[in-house]
Amino acid sequence: MRANRRRGRDGRCLTAALMLLAVLTAALPSSALAQKDDLTPFAFGYIGWDDDPRYSQARLDQEFQGEPWGRPVAGARVAIDEARFPGIAAGVEFSLDERQVGNTREVLAAIREMRDQGTRFFLLDLPPGTVSRVADEFAGEDITLFNVAARDDRLRGAHCQTNLLHTIPSDAMRNDALAQYLVSRQWNDVLLLAGPERADAVLADSFRRSAERFGLNVVAERRFVLGNNPREREKNNPKLLTSGLDYDVVYIADTQGEFSRRANFAVQKPRPVVGSSGLVAQAWHWAWMRHGARQLNNRLEDEADRHMTAYDWAAWVAVKSVVEAVQRTDETGHGSLVDYMLGDEFNLDGFKGYRMGYRHWNGQLRQPILLASGNWVIARAPLEGFLHPDNYLDTLGFDPRESACERPVEDAS
Amino acid sequence: MSIPSNRLLPGIAATALLVASPALWAAGTGNVYVSSEDDDVVTVLDGENLEKTDTIEVSERPRWLAFSPDHERLYVACGDDDSIDIIDVDKGEVVDRLTGIDDPEIFAIGPDGKHLYISNEDDARFTVYDIGAKKAVTQVDVGQEPEGVLVTPDGKTAYVTSEVANMVHRVNLDSHEIEANIVVGNRPRRFALTEDGAHLWVTNELSGSVSIIDTESNEVTDTIEFDPDGFRPEDVTPVGIKFSDDGSQAFVTLGRANHVAFVDVASREVQDYVLVGDRAWGVALSNDGGRLYVTNGLSDDMSVVDIDERKQLRSIPVGRVPHSVVVDTASE
Repeated sequence: MRANRRRGRDGRCLTAALMLLAVLTAALPSSALAQKDDLTPFAFGYIGWDDDPRYSQARLDQEFQGEPWGRPVAGARVAIDEARFPGIAAGVEFSLDERQVGNTREVLAAIREMRDQGTRFFLLDLPPGTVSRVADEFAGEDITLFNVAARDDRLRGAHCQTNLLHTIPSDAMRNDALAQYLVSRQWNDVLLLAGPERADAVLADSFRRSAERFGLNVVAERRFVLGNNPREREKNNPKLLTSGLDYDVVYIADTQGEFSRRANFAVQKPRPVVGSSGLVAQAWHWAWMRHGARQLNNRLEDEADRHMTAYDWAAWVAVKSVVEAVQRTDETGHGSLVDYMLGDEFNLDGFKGYRMGYRHWNGQLRQPILLASGNWVIARAPLEGFLHPDNYLDTLGFDPRESACERPVEDAS
Repeated sequence: MSIPSNRLLPGIAATALLVASPALWAAGTGNVYVSSEDDDVVTVLDGENLEKTDTIEVSERPRWLAFSPDHERLYVACGDDDSIDIIDVDKGEVVDRLTGIDDPEIFAIGPDGKHLYISNEDDARFTVYDIGAKKAVTQVDVGQEPEGVLVTPDGKTAYVTSEVANMVHRVNLDSHEIEANIVVGNRPRRFALTEDGAHLWVTNELSGSVSIIDTESNEVTDTIEFDPDGFRPEDVTPVGIKFSDDGSQAFVTLGRANHVAFVDVASREVQDYVLVGDRAWGVALSNDGGRLYVTNGLSDDMSVVDIDERKQLRSIPVGRVPHSVVVDTASE
């Protein structure tokens, strides 16, 4: 029935366009049934820090595995471009309102301003604490925030919010993907190295959960520090940090990337490195070729002049989620679109070969995870043999029974 | 049905010399042509015994295949060389190339045999190409990742899928304007048009379904879902589609689900799923209409399916990553 309504509209567009064509004898080659003026504007908001250390040129030049290689707004721009024809069919013109601001207060002000102009869907390229703060601030309001960059598990757990959806996978999902791979290889004994940052400890915690969940054995856990100080060599030298015990694989929790990139091939034993270097679990990788990935990678490269990363993908798929909902419901109201996105019918094509959708219990986009070594995708999780009663993708991350999120489940749908 | 001269062919193929040879294949031989993406060849199988009789070297990454209306020429889209190669069917060799066509994957030939209609995946364009003049006549902007192309028998209309926009564009081939944007399932791939032209069937790879478009109203009037036993929904990825000669059945290849669905056209009900090879995409009917040929991209072979018995008779190795299969039937 929904489909019939949509096609009714198509018919009207067609009639209008044919009349228009009769007038405009020299029609443009790109004419596509509707003129710009007929379309209702539909803007997405995009917010990031103007002075974000992740995007300093010095850091971008390093191309750390699993980290952004440029602002993910590039992915959102590609998605807006892809949405042109679906927009025309639905009578809307999608656009992107890009903002870079300096602090949390300005983030809140920017969202309020855009909200007052009618924007309902926002992409946040912000650290976990700020994401949480923004979501709390707008709790209960009819806007939706897409977290496209913060991987922190707590945003999907105790700090979740009804207005917050996550397109970037959580650390739990990434670590579960790695754990599945280690189990499939029978690399069961893991030496865990964690860095000095608070975020490194959080990432190590997340890995410990995955190890326990899939029956891996963390044989030892050691802290590393950065530097070449000989008095600290037990803590800064990959060889010394990995001697004196046996293990199948070394997992490194290093959110800064400096240490882990020199640990690969530098550990004491002939063992692989995984985690923040070596084999890295990610939402996307530029060497992924299947399911239309090659064409998407090309479009991102045309847009940003660099390879596509997980962060670009997360921004791209956030826009795509809403566009899919508009296309399938033929509605533009915030409430109906969110209901549809969180419903069972929602079937999102993320170019990773599975039908994706949002977990109603914590707002996380369920998705396959790619396990990549520098320039190739070695495997895609969920791996063969890891089963789940509802959806195999829910072997990655928190399933309903494990969720600490008390997100009220809207059973409107 | 015997083709005695074919007995000579294995020897010729073995030498791999594609010298100008006498006319060994006439139109309507029933010979089977399969493109293999990774070998850069088109493999020729005898239409009767399905023995390999020749391999024709073509440009890089051959995918889509289509005969000219008189079946004297076979066109081959070679994506990595940005060309469409033209095989002289009698000679069994490439006699000409249309170059400078960006990453062609799928195309259709107009009923007059003078134009190619090509989807340019990377450029989000649909190209009308003049074969004689060897140049593009015009290009039409379409949704991202255009894929399947079908031209109606009267040559007036083309349909193009956009995998990313989830729609079928209907293009008027006189004005080169889009006449309708028809929203279908997710990742629409390929088409088949009913004999009377009233219904266009389109496969939706990610929705695991076929949408049926009423060509009068440009509306989707029906959807057929596929769910063969023992496969996850994400593995059911319909791509290839073909109607039986009498139009009563549709055959839909289900990709990763390794089956061909048999659909009753009148009731639109799935009657059976027949097991074939890994990642079944391409599909063609044998000359007598009694068998299906299905290319299996990930098991490097072609399945031969008996339509009445609804079972696979055998599978034949046909080079690495077989993409498309066509049969040299009598000219249409």
